[in-house]
Amino acid sequence: MSRDLLRRWLHRFALTQAACLAVAAVFFLIERGQAPFRVEWLYSAAIGTSCWLAIEGCRAAVAAVARRLGAATAARRSVTLLWGCIVVGALAGFGAGHRLAGALLGRPPRSVYDDLPALAVSLLAAVVASFYFRADARLRDARMAEESARRIAAEHELKLLESQLEPHMLFNTLANLRVLIALDPPRAQHMLDRLVAFLRAMLGASRAGGAHPLADEFARIGDYLTLMQVRMGERLRTRLALPPELARLPVPPFVLQPLVENAIRHGLEPKVGGGRIDVEAAREGAQLVLRVRDTGVGMAAAALPPDAQPPGADAAHAHFGLAQVRERLASLHGAAASLALAPAGDGEGGMLATVRLPLPALPPAIPTTPCSTPTSPPPP
Amino acid sequence: MLDPDLPAAALIAEDEPLLAGHLCSELARLWPALRVVARAGDGASAVERALALAPQVLFLDIRMPGLSGIEAAEALADAWPAEAGAAPFPLIVFVTAYDQYALKAFEHAAVDYLLKPVDGERLARACERLQARLRPAAAPGPAASASSASALPASAPSALDTAIEQLRRLAAQPAGAPPAPAPRLRTIQAAAGSTIHLVPVEQVIYFEAADKYVRVVTAGREHLIRTSLRELLPQLDPERFWQVHRGTVVRADAVASAERDDAGRITLRLAGCADRLAVSRLYAQRFKAM
Repeated sequence: MSRDLLRRWLHRFALTQAACLAVAAVFFLIERGQAPFRVEWLYSAAIGTSCWLAIEGCRAAVAAVARRLGAATAARRSVTLLWGCIVVGALAGFGAGHRLAGALLGRPPRSVYDDLPALAVSLLAAVVASFYFRADARLRDARMAEESARRIAAEHELKLLESQLEPHMLFNTLANLRVLIALDPPRAQHMLDRLVAFLRAMLGASRAGGAHPLADEFARIGDYLTLMQVRMGERLRTRLALPPELARLPVPPFVLQPLVENAIRHGLEPKVGGGRIDVEAAREGAQLVLRVRDTGVGMAAAALPPDAQPPGADAAHAHFGLAQVRERLASLHGAAASLALAPAGDGEGGMLATVRLPLPALPPAIPTTPCSTPTSPPPP
Repeated sequence: MLDPDLPAAALIAEDEPLLAGHLCSELARLWPALRVVARAGDGASAVERALALAPQVLFLDIRMPGLSGIEAAEALADAWPAEAGAAPFPLIVFVTAYDQYALKAFEHAAVDYLLKPVDGERLARACERLQARLRPAAAPGPAASASSASALPASAPSALDTAIEQLRRLAAQPAGAPPAPAPRLRTIQAAAGSTIHLVPVEQVIYFEAADKYVRVVTAGREHLIRTSLRELLPQLDPERFWQVHRGTVVRADAVASAERDDAGRITLRLAGCADRLAVSRLYAQRFKAM
């Protein structure tokens, strides 16, 4: 028996004994000393302990059967089964305990069920105790679940940060920056500004949960692409298209960044001549559609289900980025939002990632007209 | 001490133009007599140009489009002519931004490496080491060309052999994070239209990488799967499946014989299949007589 389990049983045993003592005291007072206290206590302790053991025994038996039938969790939660165990256990325990106490005191055995008040009290005590123990167990389970969820969240955050501040990207960028400092100082400064903005966004966004304007998301992508362009030179051509009327729309953070990173890291970087990346936002009906298209090497394995092959480190990273975006979209919009990644299929090769979101409501425009004019958001 | 006047030819393979230019100019500053005969932007063209120009030194970036730096070095070692009188295999310096696992490999392999951003100090030391290794080859040069061919083959193959040994060790290192331990594969599932063929792994004669696919060749027919060879390898029993080439893995008991030709190249004859497989120099040591 594990130490934790042993401790729990001792705890319950102690509580049971305390309860028995209390019940004995009550009976003693009520019966005004008709019987000596130790007799009351003996009966109470014997009955109480037997009831407890009987109920626990019942529950253990039920759990074993349930496990065999494959319904262990359901059985544990079922209140009906608990009631059943209590009633059966209490009646059995009462009988056994009463007889035991009687035998210890040398009294002749008699029908236990004559002593109805005691039976009633036992039953009541059994109910109270059982539900108390159950609540205690559930509280502990909940605390453990919270504990592990917190740990998983911390690990997840760390992994996220690690995956974003990809060392290869960082050191290559710094290497290029170093060269530019001597070669072209103004350009080096510009590049350093972009790097600072990029890093700040990386470190800040992994904690932030709220939405931000689409223009900010595009700005962040712009920073990343500027940095990559210094490194890749002519091998990277970019096009960002954000219609001005969509610039202020709130979108979840990090909805485009991972897609752009994947497009470059897995699509364009490995391609010998490089290629083009197009990022555009458009309104289609009641949806906001964001597209990231690259003319890179494509993903041979994109169509295979994730469990068909063990992912290498790179593929795992790509999956992680996509999974993150899907998660974020799902948690905010449920089934109304989607992310699709498929070959671009228009002859130029590469991949097209499409994000669809329900068109968010525009935040109210800051009034620039005199107070007398009612301010209202522009019609969607 | 770094000798600025020691003549030598070098090839730089680096896909980021700013970094390639910078390496060029730093080398020009530290070692003016070093001629950069070519700058390649990807692994394949680096191999091509190196074979054509036979430089004494190669600076290879590890992460490049197409073939990686290490793969390019392997391909070069495989294709390098080993006849008497051929140019010696070049000395290689790998350049990497951050590859913590590769760094470990370099420590053992004694192939030099440089970290990006490359600083002058470190580059100077790397050049000194290169010069130290180039000088003994330069000195007996006039004497060897005059004497019989027996003197030269003693140095050329051994330089190539050492390089091959080191590259094989490097190639065996997992790129990036070591892969998670994978369970042994028993069946290959290959899609053909709307059917999935289940091929027991014992029936596979060899796997060959072809573009984005891997060919799975059995006695009766051949299948195509999308899993890369690199992802397959950890799942195959290394005792039963041998890698004989960058892109080929053969089931050991399907090999009938290994033939060595005059140039020292090994070709495998297979049981149950008319194909012949070429064995890369890096893996040739498997097929030695007992």
